[in-house]
Amino acid sequence: MMKKRLLAAVLAAVMLSASATGCAQGGGNTDSAAAGSAAATGETIKIGGLAPLTGNVSVYGIATNNGVKLAVDAINKNGGVLGKKIEYISYDEKGDAIEAVNAYNKLVQDDKVVALVGDVTSKPTIAVAQKAVKDGLPMITATGTAADITKAGDNIFRACFIDPFQGELMAAYAAQKLGAKTAAIIYDNGDDYSTGVADAFEAAAKEAGMTITNKEAYQSGSVDFKSQLTKIKAGNPDVVMVPVYYSDVALIAVQAKEIGLSAKLLGADGWDGVLEKIDKSNLDAVKDCYFCSQYSAESTNPDLQAFLKSYKAAYNTDANMFAVLGYDAMGMMAAAINKAGSTDSDKIVAALKGLEYKGLTGNTTFDENRNPVREAVITTIADGKYKFVENFKK
Amino acid sequence: MDFFSQIINGLGIGSIYALVALGYSMVYGIVQLINFAHGDIIMVGAYVVFVIIVMMGLPLWLAVLGSIIFCGIAGVLIERIAYHRLLVRDAPRISLLITAIGVSIFLQNLFQLLFGSDAKSMPRMFSFSPLQLGGLQITSSTVLNILVSVIMMAGLQLMVSKMKIGKAMRATSEDAGAAKLMGINTNTTIAFTFGIGSALASAGAVLYCNTYPQIKPIMGGLLGLKAFVAAVLGGIGSIPGAMLGGYLLGVAESLTNAYISSNLTDAVVFGILIIVLLVKPAGLLGKNTREKV
Repeated sequence: MMKKRLLAAVLAAVMLSASATGCAQGGGNTDSAAAGSAAATGETIKIGGLAPLTGNVSVYGIATNNGVKLAVDAINKNGGVLGKKIEYISYDEKGDAIEAVNAYNKLVQDDKVVALVGDVTSKPTIAVAQKAVKDGLPMITATGTAADITKAGDNIFRACFIDPFQGELMAAYAAQKLGAKTAAIIYDNGDDYSTGVADAFEAAAKEAGMTITNKEAYQSGSVDFKSQLTKIKAGNPDVVMVPVYYSDVALIAVQAKEIGLSAKLLGADGWDGVLEKIDKSNLDAVKDCYFCSQYSAESTNPDLQAFLKSYKAAYNTDANMFAVLGYDAMGMMAAAINKAGSTDSDKIVAALKGLEYKGLTGNTTFDENRNPVREAVITTIADGKYKFVENFKK
Repeated sequence: MDFFSQIINGLGIGSIYALVALGYSMVYGIVQLINFAHGDIIMVGAYVVFVIIVMMGLPLWLAVLGSIIFCGIAGVLIERIAYHRLLVRDAPRISLLITAIGVSIFLQNLFQLLFGSDAKSMPRMFSFSPLQLGGLQITSSTVLNILVSVIMMAGLQLMVSKMKIGKAMRATSEDAGAAKLMGINTNTTIAFTFGIGSALASAGAVLYCNTYPQIKPIMGGLLGLKAFVAAVLGGIGSIPGAMLGGYLLGVAESLTNAYISSNLTDAVVFGILIIVLLVKPAGLLGKNTREKV
């Protein structure tokens, strides 16, 4: 009897310890680093910015904000917009939706900005977008991927691809470029990004005439994928879509190789970083895999190469996707103001809708949902390095 | 054929559960302590392998040996530092249990501090061509896992039943006081048990790294929990029971993933535990009498 009670106590204790270790990460920040950048002298065009510069997601916010600032510098050096310099006023919203809305109010009421470049992560961006729709303020988010953001209203734009788009793109790539007739999917069903891309891939692949042999889910945190992969192998697909983050990609690829799955593995931008999570001795597992991303550091675009260099010089760290998208988002907004020939909100929005922008990530236009339409970069892995394959447009 | 492949997949992961479960079972058998730090010993073993192979660039056999020795010593040290005084003073078992959870959290955080919290990649360790049995293909890691776990269990069983230290372990588990009167050094015996259990965990760690080439400081948590379930399922305190529990758990997981839903894997695993305990509270091979190890 004693033993059973002990067991019960033990099980309860384990659950507790598991949850305790689960939340041992992260932490708060105290100081806020809100800062207007340029001195408000003379005639300037004020553009607002929002980004988490402190807190859990500050990594994204800082990179995006740095990219935006470099764009402002470059534009001002070339004469600014409408003959005036851009004054970029950005606030730290700490990754919090309420802070973001407060900062937004400050930008609009106190600073009287004519447009907004931000926010960075999806949740605060949605909150701010709802306010911006009421004010009619032209807004572009560099990196907010949630589909709902631009659905808030037709003055909200974004510079990055949304998740489902990558699934559609890879389905088209598999059908057109890899000649795939059959495909399987393995995805993390506890993750919105993974399920979003997987569902979009499935629908688009079927539309392209491909057969989906298997669609296998796994739980977040799994390390053993052999059951799912064994089933996929039995279906003998031409390609396997693996829309998950790089750590899981490494484990899945190694086990796929081990059980003798010969299909080509495909992925989305979550793959970026997989080489850091896979040992040299296992590199053959990711050979001949293809994934799409928003930009490639290997790209031959001279503007991009110049940006990467000046970013490194300015911030002493390598630019990432967030920085590149931040740069392009500001570039798009400035180009739209120039094209509109005025700082009137409606005119800027109209200009953005018809904008054709040549940026670091390629030539961008906006679709009817104000999401960007442009080429994605297809990357493969060869000799232990990421290798640029081609630009691909669906 | 697919079905058999899935069973083999299950036996592969089940072998790792089994090796870890052996450690739980032995320690429980001798001091009635559920050593929750045991799962984290696997993590420690994995990081030792990582340090030796990846950071120092030394050969594999040295890593295996180093990991087993390091974990064995760590097991003894943990017993001496954290549990010994409580055991000697006959503290309530719940105090021991809380201490074990403390040790577990300490180890996880220590390794996060030392190595960072992100996953580290491990090199391929043992690699030979897969075994072909008719139409059935068994991967090298699965073959190795099953083989090593069976050999370890047989060795352990032999040690407990035939060797002098095994006799001392059995005596201590049956009645520590009487064993002491008979001239058995129970302190050494208990420390030895912790050492052997931890060494087994590090063997599990090596197999784990070979099968899933990625390690992180919190990897021991769920793995340890599942191994604990395996030990209880098989009958905690029983060596063949721990093995049986491990294999059963692995196969149940694999089949659920393949034929029911990956969402239900843990539900099925813990469901099996609940049902077995309701029907047979001492586990599949456990006995209701006080007879341990």
